[in-house]
Amino acid sequence: MRELAYYEAKLEALSELMAADESVHLIGGSFLGLSPHRGLFSAIEKNYPDRVIAPPISELGYSGLAIGAAMAGLRTVVDLGTGSFIYEAWPQVVNEAANAFYMSGGQTRAPVVFHVLHGIRGAGAAQHSHSPQAMLWNCPGLEIVLPSSPGDVKGLLKTAARSPNPTIFIDHAQLLETRGPVPEGDGAIPFGRAEVKRAGKDVTVIATSIEVQRSLAVAEQLAREGIQVEVVDPRTVVPLDFATLLESVEKTGRVVIVDQCHKSCGIAAEIAARIAEEGFDKLKAPIRRVTTPDVPIPFSPPLEEFVTPSEPRIIEAIRSVLR
Amino acid sequence: MIPKVPRENLLELCRRMLLIRHFEERLIHLHDEERFSGHYHVYIGQEATGVPALSCLERGDFLFTTHRNHGHLLARGADPRRLFAEILGRKDGYNKGKGGTFHLAASELGFFHTSGIVGGIIPLATGTAYAARAKKSGQITVCLFGDGALEEGAAPESFNLASLWKLPVLFLCENNGKYGAGRAVGAAQSPTMAVYPLTDLPATYKIPAKQIDGTDAGAVHVAVSEAVAKIRRGEGPQFIETQTVRWPGSETNWPVVPVATDAAMAWDVSSVPEAVREWYRSSDPVLIFIRELWEKKQATKEDIAELDRDVRKAVEQAANFALASPFPEPEEALKDVFA
Repeated sequence: MRELAYYEAKLEALSELMAADESVHLIGGSFLGLSPHRGLFSAIEKNYPDRVIAPPISELGYSGLAIGAAMAGLRTVVDLGTGSFIYEAWPQVVNEAANAFYMSGGQTRAPVVFHVLHGIRGAGAAQHSHSPQAMLWNCPGLEIVLPSSPGDVKGLLKTAARSPNPTIFIDHAQLLETRGPVPEGDGAIPFGRAEVKRAGKDVTVIATSIEVQRSLAVAEQLAREGIQVEVVDPRTVVPLDFATLLESVEKTGRVVIVDQCHKSCGIAAEIAARIAEEGFDKLKAPIRRVTTPDVPIPFSPPLEEFVTPSEPRIIEAIRSVLR
Repeated sequence: MIPKVPRENLLELCRRMLLIRHFEERLIHLHDEERFSGHYHVYIGQEATGVPALSCLERGDFLFTTHRNHGHLLARGADPRRLFAEILGRKDGYNKGKGGTFHLAASELGFFHTSGIVGGIIPLATGTAYAARAKKSGQITVCLFGDGALEEGAAPESFNLASLWKLPVLFLCENNGKYGAGRAVGAAQSPTMAVYPLTDLPATYKIPAKQIDGTDAGAVHVAVSEAVAKIRRGEGPQFIETQTVRWPGSETNWPVVPVATDAAMAWDVSSVPEAVREWYRSSDPVLIFIRELWEKKQATKEDIAELDRDVRKAVEQAANFALASPFPEPEEALKDVFA
């Protein structure tokens, strides 16, 4: 299979979506963040000048515009930039889009996609490093997508743009250069299908986004010591394929959960709670979480490194559940 | 003045205004009888804004409204039975009992999403307008909100977007605060808004803006039909502020009916308690409209009395329908999270 960089796969998905469906409109243009490749997006702008809109710095206003346009039949894909910026649009995302279908009694669909680059990108400090996915998970009505590979970003973006529901598409800036196989053709990946990224019998690592790549590197390293790590990626947390996660935990009896949300009420917290509720009798060791501690993300490099769910921290957690 | 439309249309406008009045007076009684719970807001006193304004629209246009939505839905021809049923949380309600008074939606009438968040609909309205323009569908959007919504940041952000991109949207700001609580006598200015007149705010964003008397059905009809024509011609967004005098029944946190409206009060307010008589005599838009219909010989007192009787009967039947409608099954709570 051909290999692409994550940023290439993402641009390919956007180009193909624009070409295939003229109801797709892109609002905002930082889909590649501050990447050196960000200029490549201009090809899409040039091809579809009427369907790629550069909005003013009004996240609240243009997010609402995108939701309204989606209610009226367009497929709007909004780029909000950094994950923390979605808070500027919060009232529209969580109080209007998330509730629209439910509170209208099933009358009104809002098939909008909000794209952000979440997490610790490097020297972003507290206001440009946030991971909003756990807060959004507490707003029923939003689908939440967390790709971790070039194949996944392409396939999941296709599905997000075609979903009848509001969808939060959460990328990570540090994934953009990652290379991996991407099938030719449409490549759409259904929501709610976790993937076992690497099979192993000793311990399960459930990870999301950039932490999947870190967990895979750790698994490779520990394999040399004879420890077989299974890495499972939910890929979408809403809908969540919990059965696949539980199946892996049943096999290994040991689980470490890794994500970039803060520890309390984060993605790892919810998955851990469900494993404790539904798989307690399969566990041979306590569940461990590797997350950011409950502090804002600091600027200075050693401080930032200290709070990041890094490879050494994942290794330490794996060793602790194997003892 | 009365709108320049055929007599039958005038009588229909009158019927819808009376429908709103009697519907909401009945609703307040239903609340007092503990037939439904939760806070709610009524449109009484603004009937001569919503009814003629929405009569200027086409089928297929988009409308957004707020927590004060009952009058807008009825003005657009919504079924009062399903409206009552929704407010009472019943199965036959427009939203299957999931929305209630705050979120009444009737997509077939263009009401896709009604937000109880002040200012929440203003960005959404720019969105349906954006979509209509992209699809060249000719549909326009009307966004109905109160003066308080201009205090939210969503308003100026949306005015900027609508103006930049010349979107086909009418912002209709219903200022129901003339002589309202906390305001100087005769003033319509909120003590918490620095901008006055309110039209200065959209005007800053180069949106043509007008201020009119919202109790004058004819003035509303002229202003809205002109604005709608400009929008359909591609001239971009328009803004209208209508001013009404707050209904005494809405002066308190929970609505109260000081006196049941009877169309005959258009000629004789002696039955109205003295404390509120002045509003019914000089500021009640429904009674003003009725009086004008009679003065301009568009309806006799008998015509009006008959219309009033018919509307009351329809409202009573609608309330009974809603009271007989079952509550949804509890498990309904788990449905419709996702399409």
